[in-house]
Amino acid sequence: MLDPKQVDHVAMLARLGLSDEEKQTMLTQLSQILEHFQVLAALDTHDVEPAAQVIPLANTMREDVVEDSLPPAAVLANAPRVEAGHIAVPAVLPDD
Amino acid sequence: MRAGEYTSVELTAAVLERVAAVDADIGAYLTLTAEEALAQAAVADRRIQAGDAPPLCGIPIALKDLLSTAGVRTTCASRILENFVPPYDATVVRTLQDAGAVVIGKTNMDEFAMGSSNENSAFYPVLNPWDLRRVPGGSSGGSAAAVAADECLLALGSDTGGSIRQPASFCGVVGLKPTYGRVSRYGLVAFASSLDQIGPLAKDVTDAALMLQAIASHDPRDSTSIPEAPPNFLATLNDGIKGLKVGVPAEYFIEGIEPEVERTVRAAIERLAGLGAEIVDISLPHTEYALATYYIIAPAEASANLARYNGVKYGYADLDADDVDDLMINSRGTGFGEEVKRRIMLGTYALSSGYYDAYYKKAQQVRTLIKGDFDAAFESVDVIVTPTSPTVAFELGDRTDDPLAMYLSDVMTIPANMAGLPGISIPAGFADGLPVGVQLMAPPLAEAGLLRAARALERELDVDANAPAKVV
Repeated sequence: MLDPKQVDHVAMLARLGLSDEEKQTMLTQLSQILEHFQVLAALDTHDVEPAAQVIPLANTMREDVVEDSLPPAAVLANAPRVEAGHIAVPAVLPDD
Repeated sequence: MRAGEYTSVELTAAVLERVAAVDADIGAYLTLTAEEALAQAAVADRRIQAGDAPPLCGIPIALKDLLSTAGVRTTCASRILENFVPPYDATVVRTLQDAGAVVIGKTNMDEFAMGSSNENSAFYPVLNPWDLRRVPGGSSGGSAAAVAADECLLALGSDTGGSIRQPASFCGVVGLKPTYGRVSRYGLVAFASSLDQIGPLAKDVTDAALMLQAIASHDPRDSTSIPEAPPNFLATLNDGIKGLKVGVPAEYFIEGIEPEVERTVRAAIERLAGLGAEIVDISLPHTEYALATYYIIAPAEASANLARYNGVKYGYADLDADDVDDLMINSRGTGFGEEVKRRIMLGTYALSSGYYDAYYKKAQQVRTLIKGDFDAAFESVDVIVTPTSPTVAFELGDRTDDPLAMYLSDVMTIPANMAGLPGISIPAGFADGLPVGVQLMAPPLAEAGLLRAARALERELDVDANAPAKVV
């Protein structure tokens, strides 16, 4: 059902690095799983509201009170690369 | 302990000795916090002596390794979080520590809670204390095995599609998934946010009720936390079930269920009748659609939740990447395991342009129908009884090459997550020396009645009296 181009496209959307072997396995296994999903197609859901969640709560707010935040050092402690108190990443825009 | 016959320090030391003796075989723990545990136990002993200790004070517990623990590494059994040390505690962790519970360590699991056998741990699998060739179930397999092997007295797990109840069934312990929203998810590493719920794994129903009582409360830090205060779950626990209406849904006794599992569960249902419950045949007509619905909704939510692991703020990063795209692609490609990648792909596909209506929206609509089945059933019954899983614990490697076969292990636990219901698995007996679980489900927020029914059945079955020996 899936073709290799779709696997490449979805992997790119998910920013997920896959080896050629992994892509081949995904192609087979995802196709099989998607085929199982076809069981839903037979079900008439024309007038059925979708459920994003199932509890009777909406727009939960808390009091607008300032609370302590985590200290910067605690937050940065897990960052793979830190420069001058900031999280550092490689260039976002190309040089040229 | 309260009678002064032994101390929490002695109990904790004995549990740590037990872990040292058996965990090389079982693999239930990823991280031990022995020193901290003994220090916490000493504090607990002082509270007990002072006479105002809460019920769990001094009790050695284990935490599934997706609950944030300040200063203690929290890996989700993933390479991508192998060295992650959270700067804060999950609300349930803070609550239990305030109550004096002693944390022995963090338990092994399927990576990011994705799996039904614990074979998806990036570090090592957990083995079943009843038979070391078999899986303990998943994803909270470490917590279930730790309770079963006496490596703690109580444990916390999380349940997105059966991840507390199915391993409880496989390991012969009690596993409770509370109503969605009953227990704060703040500090629980998210898998599928509309389905995830934290709950106890315990040696018996009373212990599970004690743990639920300790962790159930409203939390302003979780916007899906239910505002109303929980009742006293212990007050009615031993009141019996005379007149209780028990629904038995035909759709759960399906082709593929092992005959010994069906026989054991049907025998348990007869015992309920003997206790004065009224057994009612019911139908939950959309049950057959639950598995497909779940494996669209859960991966879709996961693909969004796991977008945060991109090599920037925390977790594994490919520091040689030339640009930001490569940083993300390489870090995620190296850091995530096979099943996590499969679910991210599945979820991303289901949410992608052109497929959203056919998969994600369709699944959400079917979710409404599944919930409707339960709403209708609970107009005529108080609890619903089913097997927890169609099989007993299977052998390692049996299903690793066939994701669909693995997913089928959750076919009877998934519906409660879809509808947000509380569900519990308790031991029903044994099939060829392996534990069989029976599942009870109740309407939202009806945990008190659920626990009462489970306790009555537990007492009647007295499974421990006829149990074969564990191998550890």
